[in-house]
Amino acid sequence: MQKTLVTIAVAASLGLGATATHAATLDDVKAKDYVQCGVTGGVPGFSAPDANNVWAGLEVDFCRAVASAVFNDAEKVRYTPLTSQERFAALSAGEIDILSRTTTWTMSRDTDLGISFVGTMYYDGQGFMVRKADGIASALDLSGAAICIESGTTTELNAADYFAANNLEFNTVVFVDQDEVVKAYEDGRCDVYTTDGSALAAERSKLAVPDDHLILPEIISKEPLGPVVRQGDDQWFKINRWVYFALLEAEELGVTQANVDEMLGSDNPAIKRLLGVEGDFGTPLGLTKDWAYHIIKLVGNYGESFERNVGVATPIGLERGLNALWTDGGLQYAAPIR
Amino acid sequence: MTMDIGYVRTDFVPAKPAPGRTGGPILWAQKNLFSTPTNALFTVFGILFLLWAVPPLYNFIIGHAVMPGGTVEECRAEGAGACWAYIYARFNFFIYGFYPIEEYWRPNIVFVMLAALIIPLLMPTAPFKRTNALLFFVVFPVVSFYLLSGGVFGMRYVPTEQWGGLMVTLIISLVGIICSIPLGILLALGRQSKLPIIKTLCVLFIELWRAVPLITVLFMASIMLPLFMPAGTTVDKLLRALVGVTLFSSAYLAETVRGGLQALPRGQFEAGASLGLGYWKRTYFIILPQALKHVIPGIVNNFIALFKDTSLVSIVGIFDLLNTVQSASSDIEWASPTQAVTGYVFAASMFWMFCFAMSRYSLWMEHRLDTGHKR
Repeated sequence: MQKTLVTIAVAASLGLGATATHAATLDDVKAKDYVQCGVTGGVPGFSAPDANNVWAGLEVDFCRAVASAVFNDAEKVRYTPLTSQERFAALSAGEIDILSRTTTWTMSRDTDLGISFVGTMYYDGQGFMVRKADGIASALDLSGAAICIESGTTTELNAADYFAANNLEFNTVVFVDQDEVVKAYEDGRCDVYTTDGSALAAERSKLAVPDDHLILPEIISKEPLGPVVRQGDDQWFKINRWVYFALLEAEELGVTQANVDEMLGSDNPAIKRLLGVEGDFGTPLGLTKDWAYHIIKLVGNYGESFERNVGVATPIGLERGLNALWTDGGLQYAAPIR
Repeated sequence: MTMDIGYVRTDFVPAKPAPGRTGGPILWAQKNLFSTPTNALFTVFGILFLLWAVPPLYNFIIGHAVMPGGTVEECRAEGAGACWAYIYARFNFFIYGFYPIEEYWRPNIVFVMLAALIIPLLMPTAPFKRTNALLFFVVFPVVSFYLLSGGVFGMRYVPTEQWGGLMVTLIISLVGIICSIPLGILLALGRQSKLPIIKTLCVLFIELWRAVPLITVLFMASIMLPLFMPAGTTVDKLLRALVGVTLFSSAYLAETVRGGLQALPRGQFEAGASLGLGYWKRTYFIILPQALKHVIPGIVNNFIALFKDTSLVSIVGIFDLLNTVQSASSDIEWASPTQAVTGYVFAASMFWMFCFAMSRYSLWMEHRLDTGHKR
């Protein structure tokens, strides 16, 4: 209901043309001297306050990368924590410049709300967690198992679809709140807990003995999470898109935060173009020619950000999986900078 | 001569057994706990309930709890109680939110100023009331605003998005309480006014705000409002919440005050008028002092409700005390089974502390002002 209301309000304001015409976000951003970035209220690894009460995470790094490209200063970002109901309205109303808040890219969002998805920072998908002691190895063994699920979510619908498609008996224990779901699973009221893969990993690390639980290999839905900008400002959209591509391109070319200065002397023409040694790809975007150098110097490449925030060395412990570069069998692929 | 004094006893009265006890714990228990079979039954159940409830609670909060200085591994251990080490580690976040660490001295000064000004203000015997009130209501808000947000005298600018924790909870509730008193009184007087326009406006205002839930008000202020404003103008999110909370609370307060006004006999108004006092003097010197005294419990009730309602601002993404606790409960560094519960226990005890203090103070004030109306 709330969502519908917000959608209507957003649509109405767009129809009136009252607020939607922020023609030059880049100019606004330069004038106010910071990027305003909409984040979650705290999803570990994606955007959450760290031990020093500073925002950190994969999606926070994207905003920092944009600030690096624009200002050569990754700290020129201000964060607005948003609820899932508020997020699109805040973007449409111009309260934030980038929405980087575990937002799933769907067609209706992309086309109805006056917003544009920049790319996919994280390919997520719904998965299942079970107790190792139960000896379940695949989601196809879950017929009749009690599944703890949050009501009224796409999670519930996805699971229903999957069970119907595979002729499995669908047996749910429904809760209104995510915390209740986890608690019920912990207390043994159900055998399976299902939600998005990244959240599943984070919740598992909170359980008493994380190693007693297994995340099944099946991913049953597509949840591409990515940053979003307002529709109708091509320049700002393209800056964001190419910041995203630069993060990927740097990883592909092996340019890291540590070696970026050495790489300035590289003979590889692709690296020369990326770092602005050869050609000038920044100016058409309204940036400087060494825009990507700043990003890598201050934030690092995509792989570094991933490992730092959600990778296997962190308590969240996510594998690259689908989020590996295309050269490593993943889906992350950047258009070439040339 | 010896007189027959037969009415004088010649022998001692034998010692009687001691009278039945009229005090002591056993008799007290008999009288208060086991006086009737029903009472005895309730007592037994009560004791059983306490035996059932208290030891686990004690174990959770103190016995098996991981005290400050403990590690996350201890919190994760089987059967560990509350993880106070986590509260201790993230304590700054709960108090200051995202406020930059090296600038903590600024909110600290504000906290000290607040305590130094509000305590004498609340003590009727403390001297310099007028100066004190002037400092608290005029100088303090201005000084604390500039201290907290900075941008002057070489202090770093700290936008309100970075304010958080207990600091924001106190800001919202103090501003809400202080601003809603005059507004509420004016609205209550306006509603009783004989001037039709003022009366209608006040009635409309009060009924409108009382008829919508606070969540809706905050939601409107944070989501709808920006959509209707011209492009590029943004009103600070915290300011929006402050205005919403204040207006909402003033509508409720107005009705409480109106209750006090109606409790006054008409004679009081007329007596004032017969002394030749104008409307404002009559209201200020005769009506309000009596009316407000009647409704102290109601007013404090409003304030306590407001204090607790401030936690609703978390739904519009403002990091008040509860929201910082909630957000920190997803802190993966301290991930443990009791992490969230410990956070909520902490938040609840903080809220309880402030609300209980308010309610005690109002009770004390009531007794002090009790000049023969107590029934």
